[in-house]
Amino acid sequence: MSNLAVLPIVIPLIAGVIVALFPKKRKAARIFSQILTIISTLVAAWVLYYVQQNGTVILEAGNWSAPYGIVLVADLLSMTLVLTTNIIALACVFYAPKSLSEKQEAFYFYTFYFLLISGVSGAFITGDLFNLFVFFEVLLMASYGLIVLGGERIQLRESMKYVLINLFSSMLFVTTIAFLYSVVGTVNMAQIAERIGEVEQTGILTTIGILLFFVFGTKAALFPLYYWLPKPYITPNPVVSALFGALLTKVGIYSLLRVFSLIFVHNRDITHEFFVWVAALTLIFGAIGALSTNNIKMVIAYNIIPAVGFMLLGIGVYNATGFTGTIYYLVNDMFIKAALFLLAGAIAYLVGTSDLRKMRGLLHQYPLLGWMFFIAALVLAGIPPFSGFIGKLVLLQGAVEADHIVVAIIGLGSSLLILLSVIRIFVRGFWGEKDETIIADKKAARGFAWPIAFLLFFTVLLGVGAEWFYPSIESIGDYLMNPDEYIQSVLKE
Amino acid sequence: MEIVMSILAGILFTTGIYNLLQKQMLRIVIGTALISHGAHLFILTMGQLKTGAPPVLEDGISNYTDPLPQALILTSIVISFGVTSLLLVLAYRTSKVNGTDNMDKLRGNEDDE
Repeated sequence: MSNLAVLPIVIPLIAGVIVALFPKKRKAARIFSQILTIISTLVAAWVLYYVQQNGTVILEAGNWSAPYGIVLVADLLSMTLVLTTNIIALACVFYAPKSLSEKQEAFYFYTFYFLLISGVSGAFITGDLFNLFVFFEVLLMASYGLIVLGGERIQLRESMKYVLINLFSSMLFVTTIAFLYSVVGTVNMAQIAERIGEVEQTGILTTIGILLFFVFGTKAALFPLYYWLPKPYITPNPVVSALFGALLTKVGIYSLLRVFSLIFVHNRDITHEFFVWVAALTLIFGAIGALSTNNIKMVIAYNIIPAVGFMLLGIGVYNATGFTGTIYYLVNDMFIKAALFLLAGAIAYLVGTSDLRKMRGLLHQYPLLGWMFFIAALVLAGIPPFSGFIGKLVLLQGAVEADHIVVAIIGLGSSLLILLSVIRIFVRGFWGEKDETIIADKKAARGFAWPIAFLLFFTVLLGVGAEWFYPSIESIGDYLMNPDEYIQSVLKE
Repeated sequence: MEIVMSILAGILFTTGIYNLLQKQMLRIVIGTALISHGAHLFILTMGQLKTGAPPVLEDGISNYTDPLPQALILTSIVISFGVTSLLLVLAYRTSKVNGTDNMDKLRGNEDDE
């Protein structure tokens, strides 16, 4: 049964290889990808259920015991995120045929898509730092392919910057692993954690921790390192934007969560205190960025940044409540960012522009999209009864428990600015007099609406049905506070 | 020996970052190549450079060099090969389509405002 842990990586990988064989048969590729994504989602759900019933599943690749071989660790946290990833992928794969051009679909979109999912799932499941680097590269390579697919002028220009910043941070990651290897002599996360616990995290180890923070902070777009994010994220096709916005930065946050709840936890006055203030600055600058532009896609892209700030705040306060809030908010934010990017893409496609000043009265033509955008805006800002509310509430409760009241207030204030930035799109774009020049394309709008409604259903479910999900997410929070459990389940002492 | 190698890796990093901050696209690509050389040299150095036989099992040898960093480097080298070749093609296409290889001129704002 331990082979279960590898299924979420292997199924998309094989599917990606198979779909590469018949790229020109677009219809077959489409149906094949949809079926395979459904299968992979069901498998992920089943593995999550299995883990919930029987505890963490550890797969030692090739029967080499823990510190010597590569281990895959499917615990509750990683499987929750893998399932979320698969659900988002499901919505995206059904949205893709409507928004992709014929050429983009024929030139290996589905292969890149499956490799991206495989890389993201792998990064969530792996228990080895160098293997994490490799899975980062798998998902980044796929994302390079996706971002430049189509080869428009603006895409080429922005992907150049995207590739450069990611290449640099990957090289920094390798250097940091080299440092860590020279100090502790292993790359297995559980064993690193154990050894660092033994030597009580000396100064050099804290330095390495901060270096790792910079690496993952670049991937996750935290305060001084977010400058690369907004533009490359809005240039590709909306499906690609949705996949990026929902998954890529969240892999960075997951890595921070893992590393700073498991490995570098002994010198929190320096590391975790620092995170709280970085989180506060991320919140402020992200919210200001979202207000600074009239491009609806850009507004959504900037909104990734304060969300990441909230999650970092939960890591920084370091208590079980904070972790619980972070995970709840993380799952909610993956859904809502994907839904918002798909919505913005649909609006831009139907109206023919993403400039807010050129659209008005869209509610007359597209009532369904309009109200879905309204719900999405409320979820993003954290209005009850939707899921954003519960995540933020628990997070800020964690921050207050840890006496970070100023940062909690900054969090609340930035929520207001976030609400303003998205509701501005609703008020200016959807309200107002009917614009007679737009002829409603009802069929296209319906096609776009289904996958978005599917994602919004989950954000509402996570909010209204919080009582069903909260206990298991709370148990993840407790689990993260107690790294010994992870270490023992991997190293089997 | 580690000291010399560390300084060398440091020099590679410095020159790499200097090139990364240039305007011309090809210089930037060269900068990334230098940085990855620095990183790979660094892994080798950090695995410690004790003298020993190459890590291939043979009779009568008891002292081998550390095999793990070599495996890590090999992985990292092929990955950076892949990325560098992509980057070169990307730089070629970008300069062709946009008509310039100067990063300063690749700012453009046609999509916002």
